Amino acid sequence: MARIIKSFLIELSLVAIVFFIPCKASLCQDYGDALVSASIADARTLNPILASDTASSEACGLIFNGLVKYDKDINLTPDLAQSWEIKDDGLVIIFHLKKNVRWHDGYPFSGADVAFTYQKLIDPKVKTPYSGDFERVRSLEVIDDYTVKVVYKEPFVPALSSWGMSILPKHILEGQDLNTSAFSRNPVGTGPFKFKRWRSQEKIELVANPDYFEHRPNLDRYIFRVISDESTIFLELEAQGVDSAGLSPLQYLRQTDTRFFKQYYRKFKLSSFVYTYLAYNLSDRKFADKRVRQALNYAVDKEELIKMVFLGLGEAITGPFYPESWAYNHNVKPMPFDPDKASQLLKEAGWNDVDKDGVLEKEGEKFVFTLITNQGNEERLNAAQIMQRRLKDVGVVMKIKVVEWSVFLSEYINKRKFEAVLLGWSLPREPDNYDIWHSSKTREGEFNFIGYRNEEVDKLLTEGRRVFDQARRKACYNRIHEILYDEQPYMFLYAPDSLFVIHSRLREVSPAPIGIGYNMIDWWVPKKEQRYSRIAE
Amino acid sequence: MITYLAKRLIAIIPLLLGITLISFFVIRLAPGKPVMLQQSLNPKISLEEIKRLEKLEGLDKPLFTQYKNWLWNMLRFNFGRSIGDGRLVIDKIMERLPVTLTINILSLFFLFLFAIPIGVKAAVKANTAFDHITTLVTFLFFAAPTFWLALLGMQLFCIQLKWLPISGITSLDFEYLSWWGKLVDLSRHLILPVIVSSIGGIAGLSRYMRSSMLEALSQPYIYTARSKGLSEKQVVYKHALRNALLPLVTIVGLSIPGLLGGSIIFESIFSIPGIGRLFYEAAMMRDINLIMAEVVLVALLTMMGNLIADISYAYVDPRIRYKK
Amino acid sequence: MKNYALIIGIVIIIMLSCIAIFAPLLSPYDPAAINQDSLLLSPSSQHPLGTDSLGRDLLSRIIYGARISLSVGLVAVGIATLIGLLVGSLSGFYVGLLDLILMRLVDVMLCFPTFYLILAVTAIAGPSVFNIMLIIGLTSWMGVARLVRAEILSLKEREFIQAAQAIGATHSRIILRHHIPNALTPVLVNATLGVSAAILIESGLSFLGLGVQPPTASWGNILIESKSTLGVAWWITVFPGLSILITILGFNMLAEGLKKEIG
Repeated sequence: MARIIKSFLIELSLVAIVFFIPCKASLCQDYGDALVSASIADARTLNPILASDTASSEACGLIFNGLVKYDKDINLTPDLAQSWEIKDDGLVIIFHLKKNVRWHDGYPFSGADVAFTYQKLIDPKVKTPYSGDFERVRSLEVIDDYTVKVVYKEPFVPALSSWGMSILPKHILEGQDLNTSAFSRNPVGTGPFKFKRWRSQEKIELVANPDYFEHRPNLDRYIFRVISDESTIFLELEAQGVDSAGLSPLQYLRQTDTRFFKQYYRKFKLSSFVYTYLAYNLSDRKFADKRVRQALNYAVDKEELIKMVFLGLGEAITGPFYPESWAYNHNVKPMPFDPDKASQLLKEAGWNDVDKDGVLEKEGEKFVFTLITNQGNEERLNAAQIMQRRLKDVGVVMKIKVVEWSVFLSEYINKRKFEAVLLGWSLPREPDNYDIWHSSKTREGEFNFIGYRNEEVDKLLTEGRRVFDQARRKACYNRIHEILYDEQPYMFLYAPDSLFVIHSRLREVSPAPIGIGYNMIDWWVPKKEQRYSRIAE
Repeated sequence: MITYLAKRLIAIIPLLLGITLISFFVIRLAPGKPVMLQQSLNPKISLEEIKRLEKLEGLDKPLFTQYKNWLWNMLRFNFGRSIGDGRLVIDKIMERLPVTLTINILSLFFLFLFAIPIGVKAAVKANTAFDHITTLVTFLFFAAPTFWLALLGMQLFCIQLKWLPISGITSLDFEYLSWWGKLVDLSRHLILPVIVSSIGGIAGLSRYMRSSMLEALSQPYIYTARSKGLSEKQVVYKHALRNALLPLVTIVGLSIPGLLGGSIIFESIFSIPGIGRLFYEAAMMRDINLIMAEVVLVALLTMMGNLIADISYAYVDPRIRYKK
Repeated sequence: MKNYALIIGIVIIIMLSCIAIFAPLLSPYDPAAINQDSLLLSPSSQHPLGTDSLGRDLLSRIIYGARISLSVGLVAVGIATLIGLLVGSLSGFYVGLLDLILMRLVDVMLCFPTFYLILAVTAIAGPSVFNIMLIIGLTSWMGVARLVRAEILSLKEREFIQAAQAIGATHSRIILRHHIPNALTPVLVNATLGVSAAILIESGLSFLGLGVQPPTASWGNILIESKSTLGVAWWITVFPGLSILITILGFNMLAEGLKKEIG
């Protein structure tokens, strides 16, 4: 064992010498060290077309590449593709692939891999949840090794971004059953890091891919540590056992406000791609009147929610896009917190406190409803309690019911058995919202579970996914935003900031609109500050 | 003896059938579907796909057919695949088993190592200062919630004093250590979990040992032994202790199912990749095959444990004989 | 020699009961009052046990928590004891088919991973305080049933029961008048220990998010909330844990004392 390590070290130092000679002192970025990131759950599979949980997707993102990816300003840029052409009003996309790309086992990457991945995505026997976008493809043709032509049944703007889907190696997977293949626990990709080992519920270890087509990552290793408890993750931060982890607002503001954290960690606050909302069941009589929904919106103080629940670390929102998105309409003026206005609107809608018991009535029915939210989300529960108090001030009784996630989905959301729910959407960068708002998406299990129906919105949603011109799309989505805020099918609440720390020995970490991971391969640690040995390779 | 054993073993079969049948229906009829199939409200995943995935898992068949299929497979020792990641259930269990077994066996070892001497000593020195102090301490530890002790222990030894690593069972560079380095690394990680998990048991068992020893010491044969002029040591350790240890055999038998059971709370605090978390996650995800494997495992072990306890008790204590 | 365990146990339990009963009089603040200006204050004269991460007074929460935790413990054990008494005495008295069926039921329940039952019930009915009591009760009666059955089987052999049968007393009369009172003493000890166990189970359930739901305070869920403030607010970890410890100590002492008293 010792001998093996020694010979590794010699080889490594040789490699290091070769690499370090050409680098000038001022620009020199040292190789080596590892980044240890904490994850609350273990990955389920490292086959990217089967993975749907966060942990799996994160690891897959470092091992695999798609044809396209988002750059730091959230624009699509080439990844495995060198370039692409969109023809025939968007019906045809031709990808020109990069020629110098090799799989981690040395086999060259080509268009055959793209075709193979596509076939697996639309294969009904493969347990992939991502076939939807690819069902719209009429045909996919490999013109030569480095050119792939995709023809669509109809123009579909999100098509291009759907090719961010990771590409699988045909030469390894051909003839295998993807659902049970050992590949899921021993993946081979084209990405900046190669898979090294996976100890279930402990860690996934990746090592730098020296032949990565952009350049070798400066870090030697990337390790996902599974720590199943949020408070334990924080304790590990205090012991420098992990280098990057998410924080709660309390941890961000108070618990990391110590000399130790200032010395060893950099804190980051970025806008996140999620928002929280209160959704009404629109088939419920109480919520059928737009004025009622507007009144409730006036009655709830969003700033107070952000201040209490996130200690101010969040942003009130007025529509179904994340605030940084080009689709977000910043001209929509938020309705202020105004209980008087709320009472007035409720009165107009016929709700009066006839018997003076503090609760409004209409035609003998009291304004009482139950808000359901999922268990295990303390933030939503706190928010619900604060809203409950505000609504009571205008004579509306909101009860809170907390239900386990699996039951929440199958018994309440999917079966439409709710009056109101408190939930969040995590949104892809692409603003296409068709599945959430289009009136055709209201069957059991679909995402327009509130039963929202508006002809203009339907038309705009359809246009938004067919027209490639960004300015015209922006007009569509801005108008949708405006209508939805006026109609209030959801009470749009807030988008919390995404808060995290990264160990300060890592250099070149710089936040951008997309987040921080976009230039991971450039991150580096000066030799003297490295904490993990280089024996990994 | 053999007929008795055979009878007991045969009795296990209908019991096991009943337990699996009830469990299967309780789990499948309880609200909530396998979460993997409904995703986390991911708008990218369409309804048709979820229906298709359900069909691929065979979840669209009638419940009784599903149970029949499961039973038939189980009889051939095929527990199926996990819905979560498509891996064999048996692989997933075998992967976790060593960790849980190690911790539980070590805890059990410490349990007997400390509880017996403490209990015996307290009984021999009944109503002295030693007895009172151990009584008080054991009562305190017995009353303390385990996970509270875990949190306090972590706070003290891992954060304040920095003597021990906080979580997990190995360091990140574990694979690159020499064999003794691995051993040291493992022990440093396991020491706190093992101590915390055995501490309540030590308190309980030493109380039990004390009363069992006291009873033994008050038996007529002890007076006989004493009157024979045997030394106090011989009386206590040769005659009384032997008899006082008898009931412990039962306890060993009854703790067999516990050997494979992991505590979810404990495992999440220390981030231990054990059986408890595996099955907890299976329950939350409604991963039916994994859950059913656990049901079978736990039921079998419980019944075997009871059987072993009964038999060994009769074996060491000739006063007990099987009734027909 | 005096029965110290009994005395200490009774004193602790009486004190706790007083705290639980007079919670509104004793607690200095509203236990649910969220206060932006008093987040995570360490113990002081204003907040003797400090405040939590929503600025709520910890002492008040622990005092109100005593109500929940004690009542969960008592009611759960009450349910378990009732079921156990019923099943055990039926089984012990009517030897034969009924006994066989009931004892197999006990076996099944003992082998059944009760966790799934808990999960199923909370999933259907939601984790309210009452449901928690019910679940704990429904999953912990088997020990009592076995105890009662064994006790009755041995009592049957004793003379006074045989005498009762000889003079022609009815079955139910024999069970109610003779068996149950005689089996009651060990059951009482068992129940006292059961209260401790139930309180621990509730705190464990809280840990998994299946216990009593906030904002209602139980010692379990206060302790669980403390996980997220570990390292900055020791008081939230220490005090609810101590409360559980003292309570369980009290009930265990009582059980020990009772055992000694009975002999």
